[in-house]
Amino acid sequence: MTLEELQEIKAGEELARSQKKKSIHVCVAAGCMSQNAEAVLNTIEGQLKEKGLAKDIDVKGVGCMGLCAAGPLVSIEPENRMFQEINQANAFLVTDNLEKGKKTTNDLASDSPFFKRQYKIVTENCGVINPERIEEYIAFDGYLGLYTVLHDLDQNEVVQNLIKSGLRGRGGGGYPTGLKWSTVAKAVGAKKYVICNADEGDPGAFMDRSVLESDPHRILEGMAIAAYAIGADEGFIYVRAEYPLAISRLKVAIKQAERKGLLGNNIFGTTFNFTISIRLGAGAFVCGEETALIASIEGGRGTPRPRPPYPAESGLWGKPTLINNVETFANIAPIIRKGAEWYASIGTETSKGTKVFALAGQVVNTGLIEVPMGMSLREIIFDIGGGIPGGRKFKAVQTGGPSGGCIPEEFLDIKVDYESLTKLGSIMGSGGMIVMDENSNMVDVARYFMEFCMSESCGKCVPCRVGTAQIYDILTKFAERRATEADLTLLEELCDVVRNTSLCGLGQSSPNPVLSTLKYFKHEYMERIQAEVNQE
Amino acid sequence: MKAKIATTWLDGCSGCHMSFLDIDERLLAIADRIELVYSPLVDNKVFPDYVDVTIVEGAVASVDDLAKIKKIRKHTKYLIALGDCAINANVPSMRNPIPVQEIINRAYVENAFIHDVMPKHPALPELLARVMPIHEVVPVDVFIPGCPPSNDTIFYAVAELLDGRIPDLTSKTRFGA
Amino acid sequence: MTANGQIKIFTLKIDGKDVSARSDQTVLQVCRENEYFIPTLCHLEGLSNIGACRLCMVEVAGQRKLLPACTTMVSEGMEVTTTNDKLAHYRKMTLELIFSERNHTCSVCVSNNHCELQYLSQKLGINHIRVPYRFPKFAVDASHPYFILDHNRCILCTRCVRVCDEIEGAHVWDVSGRGIQAKVITELNQPWGSADTCTQCGKCVNVCPVGALSEKGRSVAENTKRSGFLPYLTARRKEKI
Repeated sequence: MTLEELQEIKAGEELARSQKKKSIHVCVAAGCMSQNAEAVLNTIEGQLKEKGLAKDIDVKGVGCMGLCAAGPLVSIEPENRMFQEINQANAFLVTDNLEKGKKTTNDLASDSPFFKRQYKIVTENCGVINPERIEEYIAFDGYLGLYTVLHDLDQNEVVQNLIKSGLRGRGGGGYPTGLKWSTVAKAVGAKKYVICNADEGDPGAFMDRSVLESDPHRILEGMAIAAYAIGADEGFIYVRAEYPLAISRLKVAIKQAERKGLLGNNIFGTTFNFTISIRLGAGAFVCGEETALIASIEGGRGTPRPRPPYPAESGLWGKPTLINNVETFANIAPIIRKGAEWYASIGTETSKGTKVFALAGQVVNTGLIEVPMGMSLREIIFDIGGGIPGGRKFKAVQTGGPSGGCIPEEFLDIKVDYESLTKLGSIMGSGGMIVMDENSNMVDVARYFMEFCMSESCGKCVPCRVGTAQIYDILTKFAERRATEADLTLLEELCDVVRNTSLCGLGQSSPNPVLSTLKYFKHEYMERIQAEVNQE
Repeated sequence: MKAKIATTWLDGCSGCHMSFLDIDERLLAIADRIELVYSPLVDNKVFPDYVDVTIVEGAVASVDDLAKIKKIRKHTKYLIALGDCAINANVPSMRNPIPVQEIINRAYVENAFIHDVMPKHPALPELLARVMPIHEVVPVDVFIPGCPPSNDTIFYAVAELLDGRIPDLTSKTRFGA
Repeated sequence: MTANGQIKIFTLKIDGKDVSARSDQTVLQVCRENEYFIPTLCHLEGLSNIGACRLCMVEVAGQRKLLPACTTMVSEGMEVTTTNDKLAHYRKMTLELIFSERNHTCSVCVSNNHCELQYLSQKLGINHIRVPYRFPKFAVDASHPYFILDHNRCILCTRCVRVCDEIEGAHVWDVSGRGIQAKVITELNQPWGSADTCTQCGKCVNVCPVGALSEKGRSVAENTKRSGFLPYLTARRKEKI
């Protein structure tokens, strides 16, 4: 592959597009797929054939359009007219209204705040390209970043670019990506690895899945750029087996990239070699922790080990290893293409760029959104999310997955970034955002998340293995109104021990839902103690 | 004034009381300073209204035990959990992983050679689903672990209490000792 | 250790006192050498360290989090605090959690009076367990001709797993299940007696700190463990290489 060939593919795609009057996009990511989007795609194709429009109108399956609550989603391009809840029976609404026709019952306002308030970097190609065709990715400047890196930048320049961009790890901790890359780049060793962590396991989170299903080449390119920067020649994508669609699209993408010479030996005519293999996780949440993930790739039991040594120094098979998550890798190519300064101009002082959130729970627009860092929770939940359904009152939002915290109404105007969420006793985490209304009971919420942490604890260290089970038991006492004052004290003590002495991040952060609800909704715990005393 | 002392047993083997009696002649030394107001060793059937120190052996295993320990706590200044059964439910708790009905059935029906019927009489206290250490039910002031705690340990603890000190038994005894 | 494998000598402070250490030593090794008491259960000299029991947590100046002494390597100028009220509290609580997890009935245990868990409970001043006992139901595997496995007493330190893998080279043992459901297993969760890979060497029994693994046909008093052979064995093996 050369730059000319890359440009030829792009030109070819643009020519093909110009020969069609319009194109119809049908979302075929997992959310819409589960609502039979594939049949919708076939139906639309059939109807166009009947109308004799097959030649003029292009129909394709694309990645996630975001508003999963209203799927299957269909859009007519280039005017971006959107339809919601399309099935085989009402597919004619799309094909009958190709020209700027009448309003239909299933129109979806593409200029609503849900779409307009977003800022897309990671998901820029989601809902736009066919994820199973590398040509379409290339048509949107795909692999141009990799070319630029291999031909115009040395390893240090790539790392410096990342440092300047201010990108931080999107997997949870928010560790500066550039710093991580430079550490691995400097680590001594002829053999190094790049790992993409796609073991997304938070309940209610599907950011990584959507990116993998919608734009898999973006991840491959990001990983290849990383491999060049740190001096690795082998990469692994550790993806959970519960994501079959993402896995199959990744497989297709890797094969296509290999055929085109974008993975393999002498990429873009340089001495840079890089291969990627897929490893499937067997459904353990803890395998999202980097040392457990490495143990799992090595074929061992997926349990974490104490750090240091960090994987940057001694990772997969004892070799220096770079681990980033899907969303982090998805940011790499745009940073290279558009420049670190551009990226650093988005977001807040300490948190640059955008963040993808999976909006779920008691919110009108559940789905996938990407917003600049620093947007307030109120804007995210009420403007983009459309507020709480049924006129009920907002109570709290849980961010950061099972190890995040619950944030009450008084902090809704806080600007979302890594620091602000941590200050509130929650975390950014991977980007799950679960909205709760006045009907939610916070003790039950804490208990639900603690049950998750308890059953997902690997069982290696004592505080997490036994502590989470004991905390769960006490929360059950509260739920059943059997708790006493002494239970509350013990609960707080146990949370403190688990947080400060557990081996890995899963254990250390598992008390967060309890601690944050204790902090902001203590009266709900107290009410349940009171009730017991009254009984006697 | 003499200190009012009570002792009692819940679900235990009375071994701790035996160990208590093993204090032997040193009993005489404390005898002058105490008044034994309630105990399996004396004849009083009603727990007094006020007791300075109550020494309890055994775990909480039946509804009777539960009522008894709650009553004792109400009328006692210092409650001492004596021995492993009182502190960690010990041997009586070995039935805890198994449902009560299964245990009773096993003991009185399955393994019975004669008269294999489930015991049922108003005088028989109902077993709790789970045998508990005392401190899971009421607050305990002093713990004397051991199975049984040695006579020296018990003597030391009682003597300290009589002198108005909460005994530190860390170096003297432990679980199973 | 430096990149070329050379060992350096460091000076560090433990509880305010200067001590010297080799760069290939852990904080725990240096503390023990200098007779500072740090409780451990999963650690055993001669086996790899896994930092699982969390009893050996210490404070290191400049570190936000507590660190397990057994897996933390020494460094020049390091300042270690081995004990204070907070550490003592965490250690006690961790030990109490271990007691509450399974059915540790010391009085009728084969390891009564020579058990590391029982010893530590006294050493740390534990006279009752504040967290409720969980009383799980676990079976006893007595299928092996010489040894007995009693899950009720197991604390999941995985010394047996490591000694069998690292020293005996048989890897009969492993852990199955997650979280509170985790337990040690022989082979693919088959009865120990049917494990073809077991060499019957008894190393697992001798490193077990509690009464989970014991020898058949021995009284409680006779069921003492002998794990002192390990450091010799590993040292001699290293010399041969």
